[in-house]
Amino acid sequence: MSALIISNVLILAGIALIAAVVLYVVSQKFKVEENPKIAEIEALLPGVNCGACGKAGCHAFAEACAKSSAEEFKNLFCTAGGQEVMNKVAARLGYVAAAREPTVAVLKCNGTCQNAPDKVIYTGMKSCRMAARISVGRSGCPNGCLRFGDCVRACPFGAISLDETTGIPVVDENKCTSCGACVRTCPRGLYEIRPKGKNGVRVYVACSNTQKGALARKNCKAACIACLKCTKICPEIRVENNLSYIPPTVSAEEFGKRLAEACPTGAIAYTGEKTSTEVKNEQ
Amino acid sequence: MSNKKTFTMGGIHPDKHKITAEKPIEDAGLPEIVYIPVKQHIGSPAKILVAKGDKVRVGTLLADADGIVSADVHSSVSGEVLKVEEIEGEFGYLEQMITIKVEGDEWEASIDRSPDIIREINASPEEIIAKIREAGIVGMGGAGYPTPVKTTIPAGKKVDCLIVNGIECEPYLTADDRLMVEKAEQIIIGAKILNKALGIQNAVIAVDENKPAAIEALRNITRSYVGVNVQVMKTKYPQGAEKQLIEAVTGREVPSGKLPADVGCIVQNVGTVNAVYEAVQKNKPLFERVVTVSGDAAETPSNFLVRIGTPASFLINKVHGSPDKIGKIIFGGPMMGTSAVNINAPITKLSSGILLFKDDISFKPEETVCIRCGKCVEACPVGLMPFAIAAQVRDGDYHEMKKLHVLDCIECGSCAYICPARIPLLDYCKLGKYELKKSK
Repeated sequence: MSALIISNVLILAGIALIAAVVLYVVSQKFKVEENPKIAEIEALLPGVNCGACGKAGCHAFAEACAKSSAEEFKNLFCTAGGQEVMNKVAARLGYVAAAREPTVAVLKCNGTCQNAPDKVIYTGMKSCRMAARISVGRSGCPNGCLRFGDCVRACPFGAISLDETTGIPVVDENKCTSCGACVRTCPRGLYEIRPKGKNGVRVYVACSNTQKGALARKNCKAACIACLKCTKICPEIRVENNLSYIPPTVSAEEFGKRLAEACPTGAIAYTGEKTSTEVKNEQ
Repeated sequence: MSNKKTFTMGGIHPDKHKITAEKPIEDAGLPEIVYIPVKQHIGSPAKILVAKGDKVRVGTLLADADGIVSADVHSSVSGEVLKVEEIEGEFGYLEQMITIKVEGDEWEASIDRSPDIIREINASPEEIIAKIREAGIVGMGGAGYPTPVKTTIPAGKKVDCLIVNGIECEPYLTADDRLMVEKAEQIIIGAKILNKALGIQNAVIAVDENKPAAIEALRNITRSYVGVNVQVMKTKYPQGAEKQLIEAVTGREVPSGKLPADVGCIVQNVGTVNAVYEAVQKNKPLFERVVTVSGDAAETPSNFLVRIGTPASFLINKVHGSPDKIGKIIFGGPMMGTSAVNINAPITKLSSGILLFKDDISFKPEETVCIRCGKCVEACPVGLMPFAIAAQVRDGDYHEMKKLHVLDCIECGSCAYICPARIPLLDYCKLGKYELKKSK
């Protein structure tokens, strides 16, 4: 009996030894030499594989960086990591990183539960893409936020949360890396990546409704009615399809407060100091 | 074991609720204003020919078919065009509509309004198709596929069987049922007209066995017509779906992604066939249809002959449905129809019913997790796996959805009806189809 056990153990050990030798030889012979820089660069990256850089993931981006020349490197930018990460990567490679203005995602809708109250009861799946396909949404605005938070689930950085009182998502600008996951997810296309602005001061139109003024106002108090008042303050502002658009080049510090105060519906969002109307509302 | 035919795979038996089956078709009368959408069919919207202030009569051409897969739109009332602009449709999204203020009831002179039935078919096949096109007829069962396109058989294909679809398998709806009882002869002549256009001799009118009055009415008349037969079918949902009906009647299976003409069949709804009769024999464009207004929140449910463009609220008033009691309004049948957002949305060529439900049964029970019972797979008449599709739609995996053949889903809702976990499987499948088509 014991002889049987011993012979079995020996045979298995022998097979294991042969396999180990074969595997070692093969692994040495077919070894893939990877640039050690790739692993080092990858360690510097955020590692969320968001794809905002245009590459398939962080590893692919690290590969592209390692391969690039100083000139090519200037076109590579890790959106999620931002300038800080790019400076580190550049230091490792001995290049200079291109300077890019930090950006952030903004929600171009202010259709809160208060501004655009529910008109119908929706009992279907609690998902924006489902709600958008089935009907116009609870508030009745065909372009507005559906308030189910698909963007919250899509954000790989946990930067978006649904505000309990307003019902609409809020972007935490410190966590947002402007990777664009929300832009791709929102069935209404409400997110826009815009420059963060100096000291976080931004001005943008928080509305995407392209209906005529009266119709838009019927569903939402904060809708852009294309009254053209903002274009008189800053001629760079365009109004197309009954909707105003403030280009990111418009200086928020120069025009922001005036624009926000001039807008009769409050569709223009200004992240700087509070406007006089806001202060009045709070009091 | 009954020897009546039905389709083989899947299917369910929902409660019928055909409470309006005995109610004769009433004329709904004229509303004050009608909203006529220019897109009431699959394909491109029709080109608008009228402008604000124009006077129109019943049957006046309002919009011309734009391209091959499109259909003409006619005025259903006489009066003045108030505006031509985008108005909220049944889902709240804006649709291009022509708003007409009703003044009197003046018909175009070319329409034959006499009640006599014209039995002689004088038009040639080409003339028949031209007349169907001019009348703006589309598949009135709900798909809205322009009928002239369906009736023109592509070169190289041979059609030997016309099936007239009188199944109406959706619960509550009785519009087709009543049409068969009251206009049996018109439907049979319509089938003969389509036979002539297709160059074939036979037509089968398929009727579910739960419609004895319609079967009797049709049988009484088919005796004097050669080549038109009534086929009584064993009741099962969704027998009225085109591909399921072809399989049930002829035993031929339409392959995935192919058309009925590929297996030599053409299916037309009874409403469409009646419209073909009226267009060819009476010169009457498609501007009115039979609509069932029913449901437990309707006090006097009935079948109405409604002018296209009539706001749904007009019909809801007719059945004394009080708005505070109504929890949900469904356009179409309860299985496939959609819950409407706007009660002023107009009746279109495709509206077969408006259902009003009370608050207590309007709300869906909370969705729970899938228990892998496989009932949805058993019920699916196409042989799909709805539970698996739902999982892929949740993840947004288009590649897997395609592998699961979500595009073959006929949106009958059998899976959602049978699911013990109350998962809205139909919603998932519809969303998957929509997103997959959009992602291409």
